[in-house]
Order: sequence, then C-alpha cells, then structure tokens
Amino acid sequence: MTAVAQAPTPVDTTAPTKNRARPRTATEWILLIAAILGALAIVFPMLLLLLNAFKSPADYANSGPLQLPEKLDLTGIRTFWETQNFPRALWNSVFISTMVSLIAVVVSVLNSFAIGIGRVRGRTWIVLIFLMANLVPQEMLFDPLFKLYDKIGLLSNPWSVILTFVVIQSAFGTYLLSSLLGTFPKEILEAASVDGATRGRVLRSVIVPILRPTLSVLMVFFFIWTWNEFLLPLAFLNTSDSLTVPLLLEQLNGERQTDTTTLIAGTLISVIPTIIFFLIFQRTLTRGITAGAVK
Amino acid sequence: MTSLAPRTRPRRTDEPARIPQRDSSKLGYWLYLIPGTLLVGLVIFYPIVRNVRLSFFHWRGGRAEEHFAGLDNWIALASDHEFIQSFKNIFLVIIAMVIVPTLLGLIIAALLFDVVGRRFGARLSSFLRATYYLPQILPIAVAGVMFSWILKPNSDGVLNQFLSVITGSTVEVNWLGGQYSTAMASVMVLMIWIQLGYPVVIFMAALQRVDPQLYEAAELDGANWYQRFRAITLPMIQPEVFVVALTTTIAALKVFAPVFILTNGGPSKSTYVPSYYAYEEFIRGTDKGYAATIASAITLVVVVVAIIFIRVQNRAERKEA
Repeated sequence: MTAVAQAPTPVDTTAPTKNRARPRTATEWILLIAAILGALAIVFPMLLLLLNAFKSPADYANSGPLQLPEKLDLTGIRTFWETQNFPRALWNSVFISTMVSLIAVVVSVLNSFAIGIGRVRGRTWIVLIFLMANLVPQEMLFDPLFKLYDKIGLLSNPWSVILTFVVIQSAFGTYLLSSLLGTFPKEILEAASVDGATRGRVLRSVIVPILRPTLSVLMVFFFIWTWNEFLLPLAFLNTSDSLTVPLLLEQLNGERQTDTTTLIAGTLISVIPTIIFFLIFQRTLTRGITAGAVK
Repeated sequence: MTSLAPRTRPRRTDEPARIPQRDSSKLGYWLYLIPGTLLVGLVIFYPIVRNVRLSFFHWRGGRAEEHFAGLDNWIALASDHEFIQSFKNIFLVIIAMVIVPTLLGLIIAALLFDVVGRRFGARLSSFLRATYYLPQILPIAVAGVMFSWILKPNSDGVLNQFLSVITGSTVEVNWLGGQYSTAMASVMVLMIWIQLGYPVVIFMAALQRVDPQLYEAAELDGANWYQRFRAITLPMIQPEVFVVALTTTIAALKVFAPVFILTNGGPSKSTYVPSYYAYEEFIRGTDKGYAATIASAITLVVVVVAIIFIRVQNRAERKEA
C-alpha cells in the first residue's frame, strides 16, 4: 500500500505552508479520525476476507469472523486452486481486456479524428449515435447479440465479448477525444501539412504522439471496465474454458456444495489482480477519471 | 503531391483546427468513420432495431412463429405490477447510487481536501482518497460474492455473528432472503459502498481548480468553514456535481449486477429492478416480445433522462455565459 501513499498529487501545490504553522485543533483531529474511520469501513469487507481466507474449515466453523486464524491454513486456497481453473480464467480476462483496450483506443482515435479534426457534417449527431452504446442497457443487446454470435459461431469465444466491448468502450473514447481534438492547435496541423504530410500521416505522426498520455489513460480505463463486466460475458461465455474471473467466482458462489472457506479464498484470489492494477495505475487512474468529467 | 502550400481560404477566427486540404472535399475524413460505424451498427443498432420491432410481437422464442401483437405488450407493461414495483425500486437505487454518494462524496472530498490535505499532509489525503476509490475498480461480481458471504442467513453469517456478540443473544436474520426491507437495504448498502469513491475523486480534483486565495480572503473576513463551503466550494465545483449526477443516474437506471448477485430479485420478486426483470423475462419468460418491450422501455427512459440532463446543463451554461 505504500505505493499509493507515495504517489505525489497536485494537492501538494495548493496546500499553503503557512497554514501548517498554526497548531492542529481538536476539531481537526476529530475530523481526521472520522475520515480514517470512513476509509476503514470501506476496506473492512476486504480485511474480513483476508482474516478468514487462511482458516481451516474447522477453525472457520468454530471461531468468529473477527478472530485471528489459529494457524495459517491453506486448505481453502488449495481447494479453490485445484477445483477451479483459475489460471485459465485469469488468462481469459487478461486477453479479453487487453484486446478491448487496444482495439477500442484505435477505433476511438479514428472516430474522433473524423469528428474533431475533420469536423464532418452532423458531428454532434454522430457523437450522439456513438454514445448510444453507453446509454443502452445491456439487456437490450444480449438476446439479439446472443443469436448473432450463435449464428456466426462466436459463442463461448472471447471474440464475442471483445467485439461487443470494443464498441461500448469506444463510445466514451470517441466522446472524450472528439472534444479534445476539437480544440487541437491548428498551427501544428498546418505546419505538418506544409511539410507535405498526408492525412493518415498527420494522424500517425502528429496527433497520436501528442495524445499519447490521454490514450494511455483511456487504455487503463477500458481494461478495468472490461475486466469488471458481468452480464454480457455471462450471456456469451458458457463453457468452463471460456469463463472470466468474475464469472468463475459467481459460478463458484452458485454451487451449493462450495465450502465457505473455499469461497472466501477464491474471492480473495479474485481481488488480487484488481489490487495489483490499482497499485500500478493509481496515478493514471485518478488523472483519468477527472479527464472525462469536465472538458 | 504537387502543391505543398495550403490553399488560401477565407477563414473565420473561431474556425477550428483543420488540416488544409488539397481537394476541398472532406470525403477523406468519412473514411475514418467506417470501422466505428460498422461496429456500432452491428453491436448496438441491430439489437435496438430487433428488440423494438419484437416489442410489437408475441414470440415464444426458438423456432416458434412470431405473432403480431400491435400495442398489446406496451399496454400490458403499463399495468404490470412487477414492472411498476421494479421502477419504484429504481427510486431507492437512485438514493443509493446518486444522492447518498454525491452528498457523502461532497463532505468526504471537502474533508480530505480542506482538513486532511492542508493540515495533515497531502500524502495522507491521497492515500485515503485511494482507499475510498478501491471498490470502484473491484469487479462487481467479486464485491457481490463478498457481501453475500457477510450477509449469510442463520448463525453462519458474519454480520449475524457480529450482532450476536454485541447483543449477547443469537441473531439469525435472513438479510437477503427474509423480507423486502432488509434485502433492499442490503442491495443499497452494497451500491453506496461501490459508488462512493467516484464522487470523492472527481470532487477532490475539482477542488484543486479553486483558487486558494478565495478561501484565504473568506477566512480573513471571518467566514466559518460551512459558509466558505456554501459560498465558494459548491458554486465552483457545480459542473462536476452535474457530471456525477448525470453519469450515476444513468448507471442507476440500468443497474443489474448488484441485484442479480445479492438477491436474485427476491424475496418473491420484491427487489426487482427493470433491467433484472427484462433479463429474467428473456431467460425464463414465455414471451420474448414482452421481454423486448421491457428492455425497450428502459432504453427509452435512459435516453429521455440523458437528453433532459444535457438540455438543463446547456441552459445553465448559457445563463452563465
């Protein structure tokens, strides 16, 4: 967790140093404790997982959820690992999310190049049409798409999910990049054009390099959003080989004979990849969420 | 390839950036829209057209024949008790996904920024902000399984055991399956838990835009914290409040997974939300035409709400300008 704490934030610059000279009041200490208690309440369920994932089934049955395990016991984790093909699910999730984030960024760039730089006619409406992908509830999509993918043999194939989420994620990308490119400095474009660059060349060698920071934020977002998706993957991925991490856990949860410690261990293991992204991308993430908020 | 110099064109000063063209047509730009348009047509508009059409038919699914139903499905929907119940639940979902997180988010963001960030150090405040944000990136299926473990009925459940220890007597509440009030409350708690970090992060970023001198001036004038919050903070971060309200309201109208994972719509369909109802009808119902009607109705509501929001925002912006 240290990586999170060490990430520098712009808050540094706004904190006037002279404020610190005055001693902290009792109220301020109380407010700090309130903020910390709130944060503890947020991580509390995850701490409970950690506390209980390493108990043996007998230990779990006899002790309260808040008690420390008698000794570190890996039964739950071993059972989860042996009965479930977690590495396969992990690979499926990584493959799907990576493909979606790469392709969706390319599609967003192409769309927004035409809309933001090309200023094609009716662009407001075109953006709205792309945004429909974000507005439509997924129940509207799943039955027709299920039949479509069934017909072309894509069911239980990761590409059914990839294709679908490329469209859904690139809606946000198109919206964000179009408004960004709408204010792109024209001097740069003119200079490139004077040098004889074609449109495709300008896009590749001028616009994409300048947009790179934003594009990497978008990619991180598309990755995590796709990783967390539930309903459409549930509909399209039906074989045990094609499950993603959330689907695997949900399936385990639905099985009656699942032992509680196995379920807790599985949940804990499913949380780990998320925590890892979070530590890696913490700074990109917080920069990214605010990128979309206000132009 | 022949002329490198841009053609001279009459140009207005507010004209946006544009690559000077060799030919005056913009046809070339349309080519870049082809992949995106094909994809959105296939994945979004083909299903929309199919489902809206299907909403005027009765269809058992599979190889059964479709029977034209006119407005039957839509009329039935208007008096469908389960559908109305599911829309009533949406108001509770809006409380849990929009109102509570936005209000709490304002308070926490101000607390982290004003008090923790300025008086106890930026590192601590950014660490706490990250903690509040963590549930946002946790797969909802994982969060749901975690909560249903905590809320298990009988003496097995974490929460029940916890309450037993506090009260000293055995507590065996069937939180999710027992009755509507505890089931819906559990779903709402999960939603608040997931949603809270989003406004916190957005509002804290917004607060950084506010000129600290404004606060210092207000402080010198003897304004207390609440007065500063109302007179400076709130008006300054209003655009962000708006964006949060818009995006979370749309998410609330479409909500599905928390209900699916925690309660499966139960007990006895009382925690249905519209999306869950549509899903159930598609999977288990006998008339896919009716399921398509529910899904179309949700889509309609979402689009109308989005348009209203955007109009209100545009009007507010124009007033400011």
